[in-house]
Amino acid sequence: MAHLRRMAAIVLISWLVLPLVPLAIWSFARGWTFPNLLPQNWTLQPWAFALSPQSGVLHSLGLTTGIALAATALSVLLGVPAGRALGQYKFRGKTLIELIILAPIIMPGIAVAMGLQSVFIGLHLNNTVTGVVLVHLIPTLPYMVLVMSGIFAAYDPQVEDQARSLGASPGQVFRHITLPAILPGIIVGAMFTFLVSWSQYILTLVIGGGRVQTLPLLLFQFATSGRNDITGAIGMIYILPGVLILILTARHLTGRSSAITGFGQ
Amino acid sequence: MQDRLKITLLLTPALTVIGVLFFGGLGFSLLRSFNYMPIIGMNDPNLDAYRSVLASPQVYRSLALTLYIAATSTLIASVLAVATALLLRRSFRGRAIASFLVHLNLTIPHLVGAIGILYLFSQSGSFARMAYGVGLITKPADFPAIVFDPYAIGIIATYVWKELPFITVITLANMQTLGNDHESVARTLGASRWQAFRHVLLPQIMPGLLSASAIVFAFTFGAYEIPALLGASAPQTLPLMAYRGFTDVNLASHPQAMALAMLIAAVSAIMIALYTRALRNKRRG
Repeated sequence: MAHLRRMAAIVLISWLVLPLVPLAIWSFARGWTFPNLLPQNWTLQPWAFALSPQSGVLHSLGLTTGIALAATALSVLLGVPAGRALGQYKFRGKTLIELIILAPIIMPGIAVAMGLQSVFIGLHLNNTVTGVVLVHLIPTLPYMVLVMSGIFAAYDPQVEDQARSLGASPGQVFRHITLPAILPGIIVGAMFTFLVSWSQYILTLVIGGGRVQTLPLLLFQFATSGRNDITGAIGMIYILPGVLILILTARHLTGRSSAITGFGQ
Repeated sequence: MQDRLKITLLLTPALTVIGVLFFGGLGFSLLRSFNYMPIIGMNDPNLDAYRSVLASPQVYRSLALTLYIAATSTLIASVLAVATALLLRRSFRGRAIASFLVHLNLTIPHLVGAIGILYLFSQSGSFARMAYGVGLITKPADFPAIVFDPYAIGIIATYVWKELPFITVITLANMQTLGNDHESVARTLGASRWQAFRHVLLPQIMPGLLSASAIVFAFTFGAYEIPALLGASAPQTLPLMAYRGFTDVNLASHPQAMALAMLIAAVSAIMIALYTRALRNKRRG
């Protein structure tokens, strides 16, 4: 049994790592032709090109980061109050509201974005960064609401009553009682919300019309043009925030945390 | 009464934004699928787009392919995820690494996984090179087509790679919450390892597993970039077909694209219903 377990573990670990290996090797390869198992020559050229202005990677990196930050900030602003209502109160119609929050997370973005695009044309939001930020809210905001609802369900609001009875103003209660208690949850939730926006492809493509070229769009373009070395370098850059966020939040994450269970996409 | 006002104030901003963007977008897709768009002078809603979509053999082939990909990926990922969760439940050397990789994989965008699968499985990819190295093939074309293939193996492999960790994490959390007291009791009463799993543990983790699978099915049914990168040129999956119609210079094909989008939305709505039902059973049980 222990033997079988070890075998299974080796297979699992290999399978999880395997697709990333050729991607990483390609980013340091010069002329890695069939049937060589490793590149004939190693080089930093793909990285040099990816980080040079003419590749457009740095521009896309900035754009993707800006869009993800904006979508995250708006999601926190709108999602924390809604999460509080869902996490802390029982009320009539709650199931329906939970369904309304859940639907945008599960429904494929293409069905929504194509309709939204025809409205955005009239509002001059098509092909703009603002339009892309707005459409990213469709998956990010519900996600943040779900995470915060989980955080608030585990939060005891009675401390707030005590602070109020001792004469604290609503602002003081929020700043000194509520915020410190939920801040770790907000931070973890915000980081994963950032990743939700960071990973979007079709929403950006439909609303950005190819003009708003975020990192995944650029990555797809290089992947289909056969430049495997550049694709490898961009791919590595693209997964970096996820790796960083995972390392930063590893302590907070168990499967029970709402940050993970909502993070299917 | 005061609570009611507070709840309304807390919820309104988020619900307004979701309502306008999500339900607005979906609503406009629906209107356009009925050929209704007064701004450009289309004032008479009709079912022409649905008629032509439902009369097209291409659409049925595409629907069959998309359902096949979603069902196969979800099934394989779910079964392997339960096995992985069972594995990670016990301690063994390397568990920390395996657990880290499972979580890491959650953060990696699908597109990166798809490119990785492409570089592994294409006819000049890593596995083809290994096959050449051990003398199984003499040229790239001898290697079986695993990407851009009619069976969509590359697409399914990408989904399994990406969704297995997601289902694993949810299932493992479920198992840890349940503990293994029930199984131990079953074992002392003479149940075999398999019987304890099949009749005691599995029914308990089933609601969580089903809800996670519903999310995965809806996602794999509606995703665009993975089949766009790894799919065969024909038939294409529904999302690709919808997007192609949507970007066609011929405006007449737009309502048909919207009708296809509604088909995708309908399938995912069924999945949302299954998800909420599984969740309700879980809460009750």
